[in-house]
Amino acid sequence: MSNPLTLDIKDLRLAFKNWAGATEVLHGINLKIAPGERVALVGESGSGKSVTSRIVLGTMQDVRSARVSGQVSFEGRDLSSLTSAERRAVRGREISMIFQDPTSALNPVFRIGELFREVLKRREPKISMAQARTRAAQILNDVSIEDTDRVLDSYSFQLSGGMNQRVMIAMALINEPRLLLADEPGTALDVTVQAQTLALMRNLVEKQRTSVLFISHNLGVVREFADRIYVIYRGGIVEHGATAALFDAPQHPYTRALLSAIPRLTGGGVPEIEERSPDFDDPFIDHAEVR
Amino acid sequence: MPEPILSLNDVTKEFSVGKTIVTAVENVTLDVAEGECLAIVGESGSGKSTIANMILGLFPPTKGQISYRGAVLPERRALEHRSQIQLVQQNPLSALNPRRSVGASLRLALDVHNRGAPSERPRMVAGLLEEVGLDPAIATRAPSGMSGGQRQRIAIARALACQSRIVVLDEPTSALDVLVQARVLRLLNELREKRGLTYLFITHDLSVVRNIADRVAVFQRGQLIELATTEALFENPTNSYTRTLISAVPVVSQPEIALRDNLAAGARV
Repeated sequence: MSNPLTLDIKDLRLAFKNWAGATEVLHGINLKIAPGERVALVGESGSGKSVTSRIVLGTMQDVRSARVSGQVSFEGRDLSSLTSAERRAVRGREISMIFQDPTSALNPVFRIGELFREVLKRREPKISMAQARTRAAQILNDVSIEDTDRVLDSYSFQLSGGMNQRVMIAMALINEPRLLLADEPGTALDVTVQAQTLALMRNLVEKQRTSVLFISHNLGVVREFADRIYVIYRGGIVEHGATAALFDAPQHPYTRALLSAIPRLTGGGVPEIEERSPDFDDPFIDHAEVR
Repeated sequence: MPEPILSLNDVTKEFSVGKTIVTAVENVTLDVAEGECLAIVGESGSGKSTIANMILGLFPPTKGQISYRGAVLPERRALEHRSQIQLVQQNPLSALNPRRSVGASLRLALDVHNRGAPSERPRMVAGLLEEVGLDPAIATRAPSGMSGGQRQRIAIARALACQSRIVVLDEPTSALDVLVQARVLRLLNELREKRGLTYLFITHDLSVVRNIADRVAVFQRGQLIELATTEALFENPTNSYTRTLISAVPVVSQPEIALRDNLAAGARV
């Protein structure tokens, strides 16, 4: 196959085994990401968006009670056919991840410079500290950090949340991965800092042509970042479309509810919305097919 | 303006960190009218939580006074004053005792503040749960088995149990999903109307502020930099930091984008 999709998820199911049998939490997810494309997966807490990213990263498969079925292909390779060790080799080199809370995601007992070296070793096991620092300084410049020496000599708890978030973004992208998984990046930060770091992340992935799976509960954040959006509700995709199409003409009752529940900056009061409605379980709507 | 229910008069709070003194809140003067919803807005480190804690009496101001209906609140507050001003926290799971049933948590508030005859209290607990839209039958359950929205409703019920007049809402919906947030905000509006409550709504989410607050106080580095009615603040913010804050909010509709672009360009001054 020439030019395969960066990520191709087909009929992905996840169940957790428990005393009563198994509880299915993902009911057949289909999702595609082309090279260089930024795709968002949007849903509420408990909808299954984070476990989807954990499966792509390959960490969910190591959970003993988890039963994963379906196909996850990364650049034409079926990830389930890889061994645990091979999956580990992909992680941090070809697929990397940014987490919600940058401060707790960075190991507090190592300096930032040492953490960067660890990440770089995944690609070049023999890299020296001096080389690692030079490389790290370059990419920190790309996320608008000027005093790179101070940052590289600091521990994560000595830096602000916004600074840590930039360090996380730089660290995730320093090995020029083909796919970046961003799980609610910046949700723990102030709005101004969040807007700023998302812009920096966007510039960097554009520059490196990295594909991104952006996971969020906030449609507003997603609108400015993603090319396409999948909306997930209780373990199933309910609507998919290009960002503009989805915002201009949301079709699925759940997407509509989600959009109208967001308080508007222009006012108009708090909307009257049900938390649950039977038509949220309506079948999947794909904008590409509607057209 | 009638007599304010709460006034801050030139309030300053300093903390000593090692040998240095950090000024968390600086010379803030602010009146809160009875029945209004005043939003306190700012980024982390702006002093909004320090102000809330001083209003709740958790620590006294270094300088200045806080008065309730014209009377200066003493450093050590009497039970009666504490029952007038109550708090709803951001994370309802850590705010509720996990080892106590929902009913027991509410009952404790009634016991501490001595509301109603002891024999009446189980009925009052049921009434409170109904008032926040929950089934009274959950009184026997623990908070751990509940959703975020349910827990936040319980926290609200507890804040109302002692017939408080002012509720300090510290980011009450920021941990909730948008659909749940909408329901909780509607509930807060209903309760305010029904009980004539005064809200101090602490948040950094300006789109929520726009839809629930009557007035907004914007804080930056411990100082009150802008105080205006919600309408005026969003139509015509005078402060450049306020403009920055509003234009950083992620938006979803065309009119909002227009508003934001206008502000970002500084077109409306």
